[in-house]
Amino acid sequence: MRALRSPKVLAGSALLLVLLLLAVVGPLIAPHSADWQADRTSGLPLAPSGRFWLGTDQQQHDLFSRLLSGGRDTLLISFLAGLFACVLSVAVGVTAGFVGGLVDDLLSALANIFLALPGLLILMVIMKPLPPAETSDPLLIGSVIALTAWAWGARVLRAQTLALRAADYVEAARVIGERTWRIILFEVVPNLLPILASAFIFTVIYGIGTYTALAWLGVISPASVTWGTVLNEAQASGAAVNGYWWWYLPPALAVALVGIALALVNFGIDEVINPRLTSARTGRARGVVFRLGLTPVLKSAAPQAASPTPVPLKEAQP
Amino acid sequence: MRTLLRRLGFYLLAGFAAVTLNFFLARLLPGSALQNALAKLRGANLDPDAIRALEAQYGTGADHSLLSQYLTYLSGLLHGDLGLSTSQSAPVTSILGDTLPWTLGLVGTATALAFVVGTLAGIVVGWKRNGLLDGLLPAVTFFQSVPYFILAFLVMMTLGYFGGLFPYQNGYDTGRHAHLTPGWNGPFVTSVIEHGTLPALTVVLASLAGWVIGMRNMMITTMDEDYVLVAAAKGLPQWRVAAVAARNAILPTISNFALSISLVVTGSLVTEIVFTYPGVGWQIYQAILTGDYPLLQGILLVVVLTVLAVNLVADLAYVALDPRARKEA
Repeated sequence: MRALRSPKVLAGSALLLVLLLLAVVGPLIAPHSADWQADRTSGLPLAPSGRFWLGTDQQQHDLFSRLLSGGRDTLLISFLAGLFACVLSVAVGVTAGFVGGLVDDLLSALANIFLALPGLLILMVIMKPLPPAETSDPLLIGSVIALTAWAWGARVLRAQTLALRAADYVEAARVIGERTWRIILFEVVPNLLPILASAFIFTVIYGIGTYTALAWLGVISPASVTWGTVLNEAQASGAAVNGYWWWYLPPALAVALVGIALALVNFGIDEVINPRLTSARTGRARGVVFRLGLTPVLKSAAPQAASPTPVPLKEAQP
Repeated sequence: MRTLLRRLGFYLLAGFAAVTLNFFLARLLPGSALQNALAKLRGANLDPDAIRALEAQYGTGADHSLLSQYLTYLSGLLHGDLGLSTSQSAPVTSILGDTLPWTLGLVGTATALAFVVGTLAGIVVGWKRNGLLDGLLPAVTFFQSVPYFILAFLVMMTLGYFGGLFPYQNGYDTGRHAHLTPGWNGPFVTSVIEHGTLPALTVVLASLAGWVIGMRNMMITTMDEDYVLVAAAKGLPQWRVAAVAARNAILPTISNFALSISLVVTGSLVTEIVFTYPGVGWQIYQAILTGDYPLLQGILLVVVLTVLAVNLVADLAYVALDPRARKEA
């Protein structure tokens, strides 16, 4: 795995792992439950202190506990959305690319229409009238978000499938009489994996942004506390204008961190998909001088390349 | 010409699909979700006329068939009628007329800025691959991978609230001591520009990475082409060789732009909410808070049609600029 050697990918994966771990165990290690109130009489948010690491909000909830508990649903829903969207985009993209003709035209038109639709707005219109019981179901929310997110992946996958379909080895498989489903599953799809991975990451980034935005706007009211709902309460009480930075900054940064971690991983995947784009400053291409018209050569690799089968000295001079 | 007709046909179809989707969205919802929403409105202080208009729009009162509702909706659209906003007791179209210029100004300026800056930066970064700038790419991606409204929060807090560099609320100074008359006069325009700086900066930062990275990658790919080598071999100065590569590398970014425009527009709408900017985005927030369904749907339709129109323009520009696109179809 060449991608794993890049420091960006390592940093991204490590960060992502920590965040995922926190999402899983967060509610368990939180000092208080998310709904715990320190005091029912005071209506003034408390600044961070030794007792409340991230302060409290207006209802005197411990914000550190809410931050720890809020990640679970947020991450679950965005990864579900990414997963569902990927399944959809493989189904549409590979079918369109492999079958071609009228099917391709129709599916491509469908994908293009979905690309032009502003997903967040449509989700608002759909979800606003839904009863709270339904909007707190992660599976439902994840799949609805996925419905607005598959088109980009389908488009990229279709283009790559088109290129693969014309490749010699796929042609060969067809000539020796392989069945179509076998060609698709064993010859085409494995070669789509890097693109699929990158599409997955983009969709998860889209998913977390969309889900938090919907919760922040108050369109959906999840059963449990999420980063988005904390932001929603902060917005409703004018936390930004009143200077209660400890209220909304931590969940906002948490969402931002997830996005950054995913983007860093995606950097590495990009370089695997297209090695020509490798940054000259990191990874394998470190020290390579790119000059127009000259093939860049790794200096450290040069001696090996010059003598692929090293000849032992003794035999060379009998 | 055939390509042109095909594209036009696609956009007509897409526009029709959007209009139809907008009609059925409210009616396809499970259970009586919409009925509940409307029932809540009926409880509110609405005059009977407005309720009758609502019932006609959503077909909840009178027992018209779905088809006749659909036809009424279409003819309403053709007459420029998007229904009545329940929270503001004003036609949706007049609300949009007041707020759309703000949004268009914001998105337009920010996108133009992001395009110019991002493309130029992409050319330089792609040309000088070993340069320090290449190491800055992850920093640019940071802004792209953070959701718009989170980025807007961070910009507002750092530069607005704590930095105090720019105002971070409203579209122009509405304070008690400000005596501004909206219109083309100096003080008002200055105030609008000041108040628009942070929202525009957010949109520029968020969309910049797409331009820079897209352009950089295309530059690197294009620089391997023989004609760039020829240009260099002829002894042209560096910047002219770069220009030869850049001219061709810029084409795909135009279609990338068409792909990303819907994300940019939704992002800008959300940014408006953070900055209480008086555009369409702020109206969306109001409509959500008050359950103003006609306004929400009217905005959705206008935004979708605008995005489609921009896509069409980008497509036509691409066909005009790239002869290969004309043969393709």
